[in-house]
Amino acid sequence: MENFTPWSALAGGILIGLAAAIYVIVLGRVTGISGILGGILQPSRTEVGVQIAFVAGLIAGPFAVALISGPVALPKVTGSYPVLIAAGLLVGIGARLGGGCTSGHGICGNARLSPRSILATVLFMGAGIAMVFVTRRLLGM
Amino acid sequence: MRVFVALVTGLLFGMGLTVSRMVDPAKVLSFLDFGSIPTGTWDPSLAFVMGGALAVTAPAYYFDRLQGKPLIGHILIIPTRDDIDWRLASGSVIFGAGWGLAGICPGPAITALSFGMHEFYVFAAAMLMGMALYQYILMPLTGGAPRGAQGTV
Repeated sequence: MENFTPWSALAGGILIGLAAAIYVIVLGRVTGISGILGGILQPSRTEVGVQIAFVAGLIAGPFAVALISGPVALPKVTGSYPVLIAAGLLVGIGARLGGGCTSGHGICGNARLSPRSILATVLFMGAGIAMVFVTRRLLGM
Repeated sequence: MRVFVALVTGLLFGMGLTVSRMVDPAKVLSFLDFGSIPTGTWDPSLAFVMGGALAVTAPAYYFDRLQGKPLIGHILIIPTRDDIDWRLASGSVIFGAGWGLAGICPGPAITALSFGMHEFYVFAAAMLMGMALYQYILMPLTGGAPRGAQGTV
């Protein structure tokens, strides 16, 4: 449990929730990141400006945190390039096919108790847990 | 004005992903590693991310339902479907498998581009290719109706 960080996780979660809340109240849209990225890939004239601005903000996030609270620890990526490519393709296809990801279903959909989002969350959490079990515990990756 | 609000909320979202460490694949994978529960080394931190987010977002959606329209902009576009179909189920399983393989989901994939690490460039490129592959080839092939810009949650 030495890596247990409930307070920073909660603080980060509240920031994410605040962003999703402002976005839906002011702009009337769902902050589903895969949906927003999918929108940019197939742009509609009225939405694409907003979507690109949101993505620009997402990218600037770590810089803003560094400005406020000092250097941000670099993440640790364990997967090799072939694994990352396979995982990226699965995440991209799966999130669009399933109509959402951890943000659209996991936060926005669950926040309004959508049955589709609750099922999606159970399924992607389950699949993620199963995948880690197979790769770490059975294959020793 | 809409663009400015989107920029600020994107920034808040990206800060949240950074502060909570959702951007760290090693942390995500150790959260998903339920096999570590018996040894007492499981890291449940990321459950607090969803908890914190839902605590703020749920009242906002409730407010929205009462109000019926956004403060600026045109119309409220919140998905209203409640049918379960094969796309939702199989897509979520495929997405979860990819998430468990690398420990990266779409939001962190974009925010982590700022760390300047090649691994994130490779992942994001593959993810965007996967999305384009679905939208331009797989969806038309399987007879899917074109979705709105936000997708159907």
